[in-house]
This record gives sequence, structure tokens and C-alpha cells, in this order.
Amino acid sequence: MSEVNGTATVEKIDFGSDQEVRWCPGCGDYSILKQVQTLLEQSGKKKEEVVFISGIGCSSRFPYYLDTYGLHGIHGRAPAIVSGLRSVRPELSVWMITGDGDALSIGGNHIIHLLRRNVDVNVLLFNNEIYGLTKGQYSPTSPEGTVTRSTPMGSTDHPFNPLALVKGADGTFIARSMDRDPKHMREVLARADVHRGTSLVEIYQNCNVFNDGAFEVFTDKGSKPTHTLFVEHGKPLTFAGGTKGICIKEMKPHIIDIGPEFSPDDCWIHDERDNFKASILVRLFDDASVEGAFPRPFGVFYVNDRPTHEAKLQAQVKKAKEVKGPGDLDALLKGAHTWTIG
Amino acid sequence: MTQTLIKKPVEARQNVVILFAGDSGDGIQLTGSQFTDTNALFGNDVSTFPNFPAEIRAPQGTLAGVSGYQLHFGSVEIFTPGDLCDVLVVMNAAALKANLIKLKKGGTIIANTDGFDKKNLRLAGYIDEADPLTDGSLVNFHLHSVDVTKLTRTALEGMTLGMKEKDRCKNMFVLGFINWMYSRENALTEAFLDRKFGKKPELLEANRKALVAGYNYGETSETFTTRFEVKAAPMPKGTYRSITGNQGTALGLVAGAQKAKLDLFYGSYPITPASDILHELSKHKNFGVITFQAEDEIAAISSAIGASYGGALGITASSGPGIALKTEAMGLAFMLEIPLVIVNVQRGGPSTGLPTKTEQADLWQAVHGRNGEAPIPVIAASTPIDCFDMAFEAVQLAIEHMTPVILLTDGYIANGSEPWRFPNAKDLPEIKPPYIKEPNDGEKFLPYLRDERGVRPWALPGQAGLQHRIGGIEKQDRTGNISYDPENHAKMVHLRAEKVARIADRYKPIRLDSGPTEGEVLVVGWGSTYGAIRTAALQLQAEGMSVAHVHVRHMFPFNKGLGPLLKKYKKVLVPEMNSGQLRQMLRAEYLVDAQGLNKIQGMPFTSEEIRAGILNLLKS
Repeated sequence: MSEVNGTATVEKIDFGSDQEVRWCPGCGDYSILKQVQTLLEQSGKKKEEVVFISGIGCSSRFPYYLDTYGLHGIHGRAPAIVSGLRSVRPELSVWMITGDGDALSIGGNHIIHLLRRNVDVNVLLFNNEIYGLTKGQYSPTSPEGTVTRSTPMGSTDHPFNPLALVKGADGTFIARSMDRDPKHMREVLARADVHRGTSLVEIYQNCNVFNDGAFEVFTDKGSKPTHTLFVEHGKPLTFAGGTKGICIKEMKPHIIDIGPEFSPDDCWIHDERDNFKASILVRLFDDASVEGAFPRPFGVFYVNDRPTHEAKLQAQVKKAKEVKGPGDLDALLKGAHTWTIG
Repeated sequence: MTQTLIKKPVEARQNVVILFAGDSGDGIQLTGSQFTDTNALFGNDVSTFPNFPAEIRAPQGTLAGVSGYQLHFGSVEIFTPGDLCDVLVVMNAAALKANLIKLKKGGTIIANTDGFDKKNLRLAGYIDEADPLTDGSLVNFHLHSVDVTKLTRTALEGMTLGMKEKDRCKNMFVLGFINWMYSRENALTEAFLDRKFGKKPELLEANRKALVAGYNYGETSETFTTRFEVKAAPMPKGTYRSITGNQGTALGLVAGAQKAKLDLFYGSYPITPASDILHELSKHKNFGVITFQAEDEIAAISSAIGASYGGALGITASSGPGIALKTEAMGLAFMLEIPLVIVNVQRGGPSTGLPTKTEQADLWQAVHGRNGEAPIPVIAASTPIDCFDMAFEAVQLAIEHMTPVILLTDGYIANGSEPWRFPNAKDLPEIKPPYIKEPNDGEKFLPYLRDERGVRPWALPGQAGLQHRIGGIEKQDRTGNISYDPENHAKMVHLRAEKVARIADRYKPIRLDSGPTEGEVLVVGWGSTYGAIRTAALQLQAEGMSVAHVHVRHMFPFNKGLGPLLKKYKKVLVPEMNSGQLRQMLRAEYLVDAQGLNKIQGMPFTSEEIRAGILNLLKS
């Protein structure tokens, strides 16, 4: 494939498959593919231990481009396929590739249950706020009023705030990154990889054909500092080159100017383990064009170590074997009550 | 006191059909199943038909709330729960009203008089609250009115239980009485009560007392002058247990997984009448069984696909409406070519239909119900025991041919039970998954390189050098890579269909169930109509008619012997609990003028209905 983000090409990376990558030139997906391949290589995993499961959509072609095990499923159902796979193969490294339509519209019911069960999988949610593969209809994350081929007068739907939904479903690893910041993406993905449970990373991904520039305000060098907030565990929430910060006063977040009146010590200190603060953080979701809007947070919002679903399932099987002994088929067929004739 | 009694005479009966009926909260199913177990243990052949409302506690006393349990037991071989009953036990007026039509002329009614008060009569719809127990309308039957409620309360006098709890022991009084009437011991039920109420001594004592009181009532009451006895049936020697169809299905699935040395993953969403498979499987985790109660039917099958992809045996089950939701994922499993078993415990349709009633109307859904050309093997079970055999075969076909397989059962056999001379585990065949351990094309691995049967290898994640990508999108022959090439698509459609068609190569030769190898009429049945058709065919053969019966187990692909067999008879009759689905398939496949005998009432055929249908065809 062609060069991506200027420097390296994916052919050089061990994890690439022999398949030609067929996303549109300039698609944000290339950047994500490259960061994932780099991470896999750096993590020291064996190719055969890694499985990529996807649904349907542009992003869901992802598994074909990696020399790992891969299953390109059906629309929206990747979380269910993952749940079954993880239940029986807890030792594998499982990744799920999905998009805003796949995960939040047709697969909305499955993603929330994946999260509440805490199945151990790294979910990369490519959010481009548009339907790409079906050629440009609005998605469940498109802002209200979005004009598309299916909404010539603008969409009438209120969009999802994806990470608030994830938080509402008790996700145990909640993070956001963007295609145009490869270093940040790689760091977030590495964190997601080591988390045991459902690691959900929303990745802002530019669809340069049907929704070009949807996230430009967050990715453009000029506007990025004032409109983004990169959170780090134990560090104060500051942005705009350290000139502004966010504090919590009377249970609400406020933007403050760092200077004579406030120091970074007055800011909200990010704590990934703080359930309630995470609930506020995911709600920093203002329309960037509105005066005084909160910056959009990026990074790891929340981490919780509750046990994974498959660990609990396997523990029950183990316990049943300990208590009842390994299955004796003859005893099973015989059942509890028999009688003999002759 | 008992010493002074004169022993009442005992009359022998060859076979008896008894129907217990009452409110869905009356414990009817328990009474029926306990009497069944007692008779089976005694050595009778038995067949049962539980019939209950969709509502858990439908309005008390109404026709809609009537729950029934029909049992046919005999000293001869029994194939059905019986057409009409000899004895009707009714706990209230609604139960009588709903079931009188099923009682033979001259049959016996045992009625709980407490259930015939004005309110119950009104709720049951007796005009002007006319009491059938006293108005002479039942003159053609042997009517025994018994105040079960009062007698039970009397038996439990002095116990500290509340009246409601005492009244819940009524069913044990009835059971004790029926045990007496048919010369059966209370012992089996007493042991059952010990297990059930072991931790609640007071309830245990109350239920045991009611059971004994019912038995003694038969002994002492002057209204009952005769007892009956049904001798043991000449059943083949061996050890038996009782099994319902859903239990049979669950055990067949576990046995299949064990014989394939695979863990079993069962993805399921609760639905009537399939949920008991989930309940049964969830008890057997020590066999490496994982049950996953999914968020919906789609997730149930998709999770099973994920499990099969990981190297377990993925299974899902549902009933018609749930199967409809699984359709897209079945297409995926078909395209992936991985093992998957899909069980449809059919119920009355369409849409929500008749959840607790039975039907065979999902045959076309199973055979044809997918987008694109996606043939999936479809097999059907004919009796509760056969559910075990067919579930095992479904696992065998799915694993050894790398394909989803649909197993059709229905509510009638799923809930019905019969005695089962269960097999030894060692006599069940081993199932051999087509695993692959190393690349199959030099250093490359081709996931869709097929063997001589057209079956692709099963490469499990985790194996070095076998990394590959599969999906629902059309794939290139051999490599599995995405391909939109027109010629390749035609080839792949053909290869996939061919693989499934060749499953028929392994079937045993088709075999008549009964009757001459050529002649006037061939009755072609499938699924749960087996018992009714067998009974009718045997009768007519005994009467000298040229009637044969074949029962189709493989709905798709058909047994290769079926076509030639159909041509050996002048007429072909296809009884089905639908409007003629198998009949149309036979006509389309074999250009045979098959006639239909169809019943779509949510109720199984009686053997009398089948008999009449055959006689009609013989006359025409």
C-alpha cells in the first residue's frame, strides 16, 4: 500500500497481510491500521494469538489487512461473536473493529451488553459521523441538522454521545483518540490492550469523501489547542497550551484562566479510577462552534478492574467440575431415576 | 378400621388414557408427571401430552386458564398420548367444559365439587350457572363428584399451615386417589416429595398426608366399587428412564459434544417452548458446557458462531419467531462453513402465534428461509426419544461437514415424555472434527481447500502458520480472500450447495416404518405426527389394507431412496400440522401427486383423524 502519514509503510510491518488495502485514498482508516500494526509488533504478541472480529462498514474490512486470525461478521453483531469466542478462548488477544453505524445503530443492543458483561476485548470504534460504505447517509453520531443524501433538509435525530453511552453501560475502560494524532492513538491503544475487560476506544476518523473535516476543529493545528483537552492520570486538566484549565465547583465543571488568579493546582486533577468524575468527563461534549464551549477531552477517561465475563463463566465450569467431577456421559444419560425390565 | 373392609374387586385394562385438568395454578402438570413416572416405573409403556396456557397464571376459573396433562399408559406398546380419554379428572368447571369433548362415551369423570360453585360455573360460561354435576347433563358418563378441597382440608386438620397452603395439597389428594384407582403405590411420589420438600418439613408432611388421604379415600369411599389394573407392557429388557423431548435434545447435544471431545457453547434467548433446553444444559457445566443467555436471538446465534470459530461446538435453539431473527446469522455460518446446530422447537405461528401450542409450519422457513442460495441441512425428530438421536446426528453432521444444521422438533414432543432405554456412551459413534494442524498448500494455508466430500478444514485460532480471514462476503475459491469475480461466485455457490447435497451420501438406506413395500397408499410423515400415523397404519394393516408408512427424518437434503419409494404406491398421503409444506416439497422434487392431510389447530393429530384420512384416500 501507499505511504501513510509520511514516514513508514505498512508492508514493512510483520502483521500486514498480503491483501491490498481498499479504503479510499486519504481515509483516516489507514492511520489507525498503521498504529494497530505497530502496536501489535511492539507488544511482542504472536500473530496466531491475535483475532480481529468486525461487523459491516468501511472499518470492518480491517481484519483482512492483518496477518492474524480474522472474522468479518455481519452488521452490528461483532460484539455477540466476540462474546462467544471469548467465552471459550480466554487466552487469545481479541480485537473488535466497528464504526458509528455498526456499533451504535444496528448493533446498539449488542454493544451495551458487551460493556455491562465486561467481555475482555479491545473495541476500536471508528467514529466518522457518517455512513461511508452505503455512500453518505447520516449516522447516529451525526449532529442534528446534518445534510446528507438521506436528509436533504437536515437530520432530525439527536445524536448519541458515544462515550456517555459507554459510561452508562458501565464500560470498564473508556478512552478517546483521533486518527490525526498517531502518537496519542498508539499510547491509548497500548493502554487498551493491557486492560482486562472491554476496552472501548472511540477514534475520531475523518471520512474525506462523505464527511470531510468533521473533526477538523479538534485536529487542525490552529484550533486544536483551544478545543481539545488531553487528559492524563494524576495531572491537572489544562489546555490551550496550559493557559486554561477546568475546575469543579459546586459539582459542575468550569473553565478557568491559569494566571494570577488560578494555578494548575486549582484544576481538576484527572483520576482514571474516579467513577463520578468520569461521568462528568464524558459529558464534556459541547458543540465546538458555540462560544465558551468546553474543549473535547481525549485520552483514557476511566479504568475499572472488575472481573471479566469469561473469567466468571470459566470459574463456574471449573467449580462444577470440582464439585461434580468431570462429566460422566453414562451417568448423564442414565439420569436420576431408572427402572429395569426383564 | 381398614381390616374390616372388604377388598374391592380389581378389573384388568389393556391401556388407559387419563386427562388431568384444572387451573394453571392447580399443580396439574406435577400430578400428571408423577402418575406417569409411577406407571413407567411399574413397567407400562407411556406417552404424555402436557397442554397448558401461554399465561403463567391466567385468570382463575376461566377456560383460558385451563391446564391439562394427558397420559396414555398400557400393557401394550403405546405410540401416542391417546385420542380420547377414558378418565377425565377436573378440578373445576372450566376444566370440564374445555375437556369434555375429549372424553369417550361412557368414560369416567372425577370432579372436584368445590370447583363447581356459582362463581366457577359463571366463569366457565355455564348458562344460568347450571351445574353439570347435578343437572343430569352428564348422564352418559360415569360421574364421581368428590369434594377434594374439603377432604384435603380435613386430612390436614390441626396443622399450622394457612388455608392457602393446605389447598395447594389438593393435587396430592387427587394423585393418591388415582394411585388407588389404578392399583399403584404412593412410594415413588413420596420419595419425590421427600426430595422436593426435604427442607420444609411442614409442607412435606402436609403433602404426604394429602397423598395418603386420597389413597385411603378410594379404599373407604362407597362410591368407588372397582379398581383397575394395567399390567406391565412387554417392553424390551433393559434399564429405562423417563425423558421429555427437550431433555432428549439437550442430552443429545451434550453427548455429541462429548463424542467430538469439544466444549459446548449454548447461546440462547428464553422462548416458549425451547427454554427447557437452556435450563437442562445449564445444569451440566461439568461437561464443559457454557450457557450464555444472550441479549436477544441474534446475539444468541452470533455468540454461538463466535464459539464455533474459537473451536467449541456452538449451538443455539429457539422457536419460530426467534428463528426468524437468527436468519441472517445462519447465512453467515453457512458462508463461514463452520459447525453450528440450530434447534427450532416449533410452535403455532405466524408471528407470536400460539406460543404453547404445537405446529409443523416452520419447515419452509428452515429449508428456504435465507437470503441468497444458502442450503442448510434440516433434520426432524419424531418422538421425545428421537430428539436425542436427532440432536446427536445434528452435531455429527455439523462438525464432520463444517456446516450449520437445523434440527426441527415441536412443542408436542418437546414437552411430551416416554420411557427411554438409554444407550451406553461407548455405543455412540465418535465424531471427528476435520481439524488441520499445518499449512495445506506448501507453506501457505488455504482455508477453503476442500476434501473429497467438499468439506473445508477447521483451523482454530492460536495455531501458528494458519492465520486466515473469513467472512460473510463472497470469497475466492480456496484462499477465502474477498472476491467479486462473477465466475468465482457461480463456482462458490455451486461448491457450497454440492457440499450440503453430498451429506445424503452418508444416510442409512430409507426404511419403511410399517406396511408393504409397494401397494395402494404410502403415508409420508415427518416429525411429531409419528405416533398417530404409526397407530393408524398398524390398525389398517391389521384390517388387511394396503397401507405403508414412511417417516422422513432428513428434510433436506432428502434421503436418496425417498423418490423411488414414492413411485411404488398408487397414492401418497402426507399428514402435516401445516397447510402442506412437505407435500409441496415432495411434489416439486419428485413430480409425485402427493395428497395432503392437514391440521392447523395447535393440537396434534389423533390417530383416528389419520385413519379417516387414509380411508378417504383409499375410497377416492
